[in-house]
Amino acid sequence: MRRVYDFLLQRREAGIFVMIVLFCAVVGLMRPRFLTLDELRIILLLVPLIMIGAMAQMLVIVARHVDLSIGSMLGFSAIVSGMMYRYYPEVPWWTGFFVSVGIGSGLGLINGLLITVFRLPAIIVTLGTLSLYRGLTFIVSNARQIDRQYIPSELKALSQTSPIFGIPWIIFLAFGVALATYLFTMHTRVGRQIYALGSNPVAAPLRGIRVNSVTLMVFTISGALSGLAGILYASRWGFVNPSNTGTGFEFQVIAAVVIGGVSINGGVGTVLGTVLGVLLLGCVSAALPLLGVPGTTQNAIYGAVIIIALLIDRSVRQRGIAALAAQKARA
Amino acid sequence: MTTTGQNPTAVSALDAARPRPTWQVILIRPETMTLALLIIALIAASLLSPYFLDVTYILQSFTLSAEFAIIALVLTMVIISGEIDLSPASAMALSACLFALAYQSGVPMWLSIGIGIGSGLVMGILNGLLVIGLQLPSIIVTIGTLTLYRGIAQVIAGDKSIRLPEWYVGIDKVLIAGLPAPVILFLVASLVLGLVLGTTIYGRQIYQIGTNAVAARHAGIRTKAIKMTLFVMMGLASSIAGLIFTSRLGSVRYDLGLGGELQMVLMAMLGGTYIFGGRGTILGTFLAAWLLVIIATGMTVANLLPATQLTVLGILLIVSIIATNAIYSRTQR
Repeated sequence: MRRVYDFLLQRREAGIFVMIVLFCAVVGLMRPRFLTLDELRIILLLVPLIMIGAMAQMLVIVARHVDLSIGSMLGFSAIVSGMMYRYYPEVPWWTGFFVSVGIGSGLGLINGLLITVFRLPAIIVTLGTLSLYRGLTFIVSNARQIDRQYIPSELKALSQTSPIFGIPWIIFLAFGVALATYLFTMHTRVGRQIYALGSNPVAAPLRGIRVNSVTLMVFTISGALSGLAGILYASRWGFVNPSNTGTGFEFQVIAAVVIGGVSINGGVGTVLGTVLGVLLLGCVSAALPLLGVPGTTQNAIYGAVIIIALLIDRSVRQRGIAALAAQKARA
Repeated sequence: MTTTGQNPTAVSALDAARPRPTWQVILIRPETMTLALLIIALIAASLLSPYFLDVTYILQSFTLSAEFAIIALVLTMVIISGEIDLSPASAMALSACLFALAYQSGVPMWLSIGIGIGSGLVMGILNGLLVIGLQLPSIIVTIGTLTLYRGIAQVIAGDKSIRLPEWYVGIDKVLIAGLPAPVILFLVASLVLGLVLGTTIYGRQIYQIGTNAVAARHAGIRTKAIKMTLFVMMGLASSIAGLIFTSRLGSVRYDLGLGGELQMVLMAMLGGTYIFGGRGTILGTFLAAWLLVIIATGMTVANLLPATQLTVLGILLIVSIIATNAIYSRTQR
C-alpha cells in the first residue's frame, strides 16, 4: 500500500490520472448520466481555453515566475479582434487569429521587458499589467460589448462543427497546442533551457543560458497563447465583453497547472501532467451542476485546489530530499 | 592596492566613504520622493478644481480608501519581512460576509463583530501556517487563499447583498474632533505601527529578517514567530477593515473590495517599500495613501472613467517599483 502511495506521488501524472478515474467513478455512481458521451462532450468543451492558458502558465511557472495578467491579455486581444470584425466586416475571418496572437505577444513582451530590463519580480509587474491591460480593454472598446452578429460565423463554427467523431475543431486546436508545447519543452534546446533556468537561476547563466532572452521568450509565449485563447473565446461564446472576458482566468489556469504537478519552485512540470490537471478541473466543473451544487462554489474550489496542490507538491519535495539523504548515507 | 596610494593605511582611509550629510540622506530617501509627489499632486489637483484646497473634501475622499490604507500599513511590514500577502481584500470580504450573515440570523451585534474579527484572525493564522509552518512561498499561497476566501464568501453569501441595520451604517459620517472616524483609525494605526516598526526591537528584527533571513536566524531572531505575528496582524487588519467597509456601504456582497490587493500593494510600493524586503517605512506608506487618494479623487473630478483609473493605477504600480528599485540600487553602492 505504501509503495503504491509512493509511486503515485513520484509519478505525479499517474496520481492525477487515478484521481480523475476515482472522481468520475464516484460521480458516475451517484449520477449515471455523468458517464455518457454527451457529458464527455460537455467536459471537453469546457477545457480548450483553460488548456491553452495552462500551457502558457506552465512555461512561466517552470521558469520560476508567475503571470497574473493572462486573463487581461486574453480580454484585450479578444476585444481588439472583435472590434476589427465590427469595423471591417469584409476582412477574412482568420485574420482575427493573427491580430489576437500578435497583440497578445506584444503585451507579453511588455511584461517580459519590464521583468528583465528593470529586474522586477514578475508577480508585481503582472499584478500591475493585470489592471493596466484590463483598463486598456475598457478604453479601446469604450466599455461596449462586441455582440454576436459581429463575430464571423466561420469563427463560431470552430466550436460547433467537427472534422471527426463529433469533436469540435477548437478541442483539436487545444490539444494541438499541448502537443506543440510538449515538443517544444522536451525536444528543443530552448525548451530545456527553461527548465534549467527554473531549477537553478544562479547556475543557468554559468552554463551559458541567456537568462534574459529565455525569460523574455517565456513571457512572450504566455502573451501569444493568451491571445490565441482570446480569439477562441470569441469563437466559443460568440461575444466579447470588456468586463467579463478573461476575468479570473488566471486563477483557473494557475489551479490547473499546480494540480497538474508543476512545482511552484520552478524547474519541474510536464505537459501531460498539466493536461490531466486541466481535465480534472473540467470534470469537476461539469460534475457540479449534475450534483446540484450551485455554480457559486467554483471559485472556492479553484482556491482549495491551489492550496491542496501546494501541499502535495511540498510532500513530494520532502520525500525527494529524504530519498537523496538516504542515498548519500548508503554511499 | 590602488595605484594612487603611497601607503596602505592612507588608501584605506580614502576608500572609506565619509558619512553623507544629513540633507543628502533625507533627500535620497524614497519617502522624500513620495512627499514631493504628494505636494505636486496637491498643487495639480487644486489647479484642476478648487475643492482640493478644502480639507473636509480631502478627508471625505480619504474615507473611501481608508480601509485599504489601514491594511496597506500592515502589508508594508509583511513586505519588509520579505513575504507578501495578496489575500487581504478577499479576507475582508469573507469576514464581512460572516459578520453580516451572523447578524442577519439573529446573533447579537457584539458577537457578530466578534465572529467577523475572529474569522479574520483564523484566515491570518491559516496563511501563516501555510507560509511559515509548511515553508511554502507566500506569493502562490496567498494567490490560492485569495481565490479560496473570496470563493467561500461567494458560497455562503450567494450573489445577493445582505443589508445591515440603519444605526450600524455610516461610520464614515461620524466625526471625532472634526475628522471622520475611519481617518482617525488610520492615523492611530499609522502612529502605533510606525512606532512599533521604527523604535521597538520587534520592529528592527522585522527589517533584519527581510534583509537576510538566514543571518537573522543565526543571530537568534525568532523569524518564524515574528512572521507568524505579521500574518495574524494582517488577518486582524483585514477583518477590521471589512467591518468599516461594511458600515460605509450599508450592505455586504461577496465581491466587496474586489481587486483591492492592487491598491494595497500600490500604497506600499509608492511609499518606497522595497519589494525584495528589508527596506521601507510606515511613514512612506502613510504619505502614499494620501497621495493615492488625491490621485484617485483628482481623476474622478477630472471625469476619467473608472477603467482609465484602473489603467493609471497599473502604470503607477510599475513606475513606482522601478523608481524605488533605482533609488535603492543607487544608495547601496
